[in-house]
Amino acid sequence: MRSRNNINLRISGPVRRVIHFYVDGFRRMTVGKTLWKVIIIKLIIMFGVLKLFFFHDFLGSRFSTDKQKADYVLSELTRPVQNQKIMHKEEKDDREF
Amino acid sequence: MIENFDLTMVNWARAQFALTAMYHWIFVPLTLGITWIIAFYHTIYVRTGSNEWKNLTKFWMKLFGINFAIGVATGIIMEFEFGTNWSNYSWMVGDIFGAPLAIEGIIAFFLEATFFAVMFFGWNRVSKGFHLFSSWMVALGSNLSAVWILVANAWMQHPVGQAFNPDTARFEMKDFADVVFNPVAVSKFTHTTSSSMLLASLFIISISSWFILKGRHIQMARRSIAVAAVFGLLASGFTAFTGDEAAFENARHQPMKLAAFEGLYKGEYGAGLVAAGLINPTKQPGDQQEAFSFEIRIPGLLSLLANRSPGSFVPGIEDFVYGNDEHGIMGAGEKIKKGRMALANLDAYKTAKEAGDEAAAWEALAAFNENRDFIGYGFLERPEDTVPPVALSFYAFHIMVILGSLFTLVCILYLFFSIKGTLVRQRWLLGLGTTMFFLAMVASQAGWIVAEVGRQPWAIQNMLPVGVATSNLTAGTVQTTFFMFLALFTLLLIAEIGIMAKQISIGPEED
Repeated sequence: MRSRNNINLRISGPVRRVIHFYVDGFRRMTVGKTLWKVIIIKLIIMFGVLKLFFFHDFLGSRFSTDKQKADYVLSELTRPVQNQKIMHKEEKDDREF
Repeated sequence: MIENFDLTMVNWARAQFALTAMYHWIFVPLTLGITWIIAFYHTIYVRTGSNEWKNLTKFWMKLFGINFAIGVATGIIMEFEFGTNWSNYSWMVGDIFGAPLAIEGIIAFFLEATFFAVMFFGWNRVSKGFHLFSSWMVALGSNLSAVWILVANAWMQHPVGQAFNPDTARFEMKDFADVVFNPVAVSKFTHTTSSSMLLASLFIISISSWFILKGRHIQMARRSIAVAAVFGLLASGFTAFTGDEAAFENARHQPMKLAAFEGLYKGEYGAGLVAAGLINPTKQPGDQQEAFSFEIRIPGLLSLLANRSPGSFVPGIEDFVYGNDEHGIMGAGEKIKKGRMALANLDAYKTAKEAGDEAAAWEALAAFNENRDFIGYGFLERPEDTVPPVALSFYAFHIMVILGSLFTLVCILYLFFSIKGTLVRQRWLLGLGTTMFFLAMVASQAGWIVAEVGRQPWAIQNMLPVGVATSNLTAGTVQTTFFMFLALFTLLLIAEIGIMAKQISIGPEED
């Protein structure tokens, strides 16, 4: 029983020291406390407001597979060619009419 | 062709990205540079054991901490924008950018996050050696993060080691080493880090000069300046050298950018570098107007910069727009034709694939491959669309160079009077010194404008114009978030300036 406790102490010793290092470090901060407040407010605005309500993944929210995304981007790239084809067809139809 | 895309939305997306990147860029160079100087101060403290050096190190560390805390995560906003405003671009470059940005994330997290805490909390609580090691690791970690971001940026300026896959509409990485050792990436990284070190030196010089002028913490300020002036002088020399290298790479890979930031419309042998000048704002490529209302040129210097030969030919904007047979330069008009053929063949390939006609698909693919290097030009309407904003590129470049020269002179003067021991009496220099950080910020932002405005209209050089890289959104959506960012960034900047000013006025604390 005693040896098992010693092992626990040896394992937890360094981990406890690291935790204590951080806890104590944060506790002793002066200007750091203000900075952490700024960081937390900033992250809440960024992720809780901007990302959630304004910055949706354009492709991810419209398509579920990579194939669909690739087809969409390819159609965007070839849109000028498609538009030109439509224009030529309309011109031809007008002439025939 | 490009009129098929909503340019109002494109310009708002551009403005939003510029706002975000330039705001982020307020914090980054100071972090990159000051971490090295702090590690050096820390080393002097460990070697001498002097409490004065310890207080000095802690003071600059505190200001660095404020800058880091306000700046942290502002870069993530750009990633939001990529997914929302620039979805075509994000999809197309995902394969190339995935690896560098993942490495950046891992290095930034493990190196900076691990050692950052030890650097700030470690005073008297870890061994002096490990504490010092942590300071150097923070400097190394932050600069290594910059490597990968700049590798990604350099790839857009000179897309090497890739092949476009017409099935997935993605640029796929073919050679990681080509991407990492891209010559543009090397010159970008060296120029960015050296100029950041110069900016950080001037930050220290500005605040220390203010202390001396106020008659406070004079010993600390003198010591800070002695180190910062040496760092600043070395960094200014290296910045000039790497800037020259960056211009040389521009001449090779983005010659239109070089011509734009020198306002050179017609190519010349023995082209001169404009030392000072006033751009004619109504000048357009192909018209008969003079490019400058007033100019002072240093003969042969632009040729030397571009080709390492003072008598050599440097092509101008009109050579790239209209072509120059004598020098084997293809005009943008011909490139547009080839680009349109590439797009038509891409469309034919897609149609044949959908119809299951393999033979037609292969034929279209072979035809596409003949012109694929010009694909981006296929989206442009006129040859003149390949010209970036000349006046903005010219002024940004010249402001950067003129201020860079001033910084070298200031560092020399500070070092000279520091060695002579009469710095405290040079009130005119100390007064000038207090303005140096602001001017360094101006030069740094001007450098960003040179790099990013000078490469317009391209999101990926020759491959993808900015107008095609965006998502199919309305301008109103982007406008709303633009003003939200403007408000957020203004508040954060006020917070930083307020917190930093308060800590500067408190000054270093005695240990």
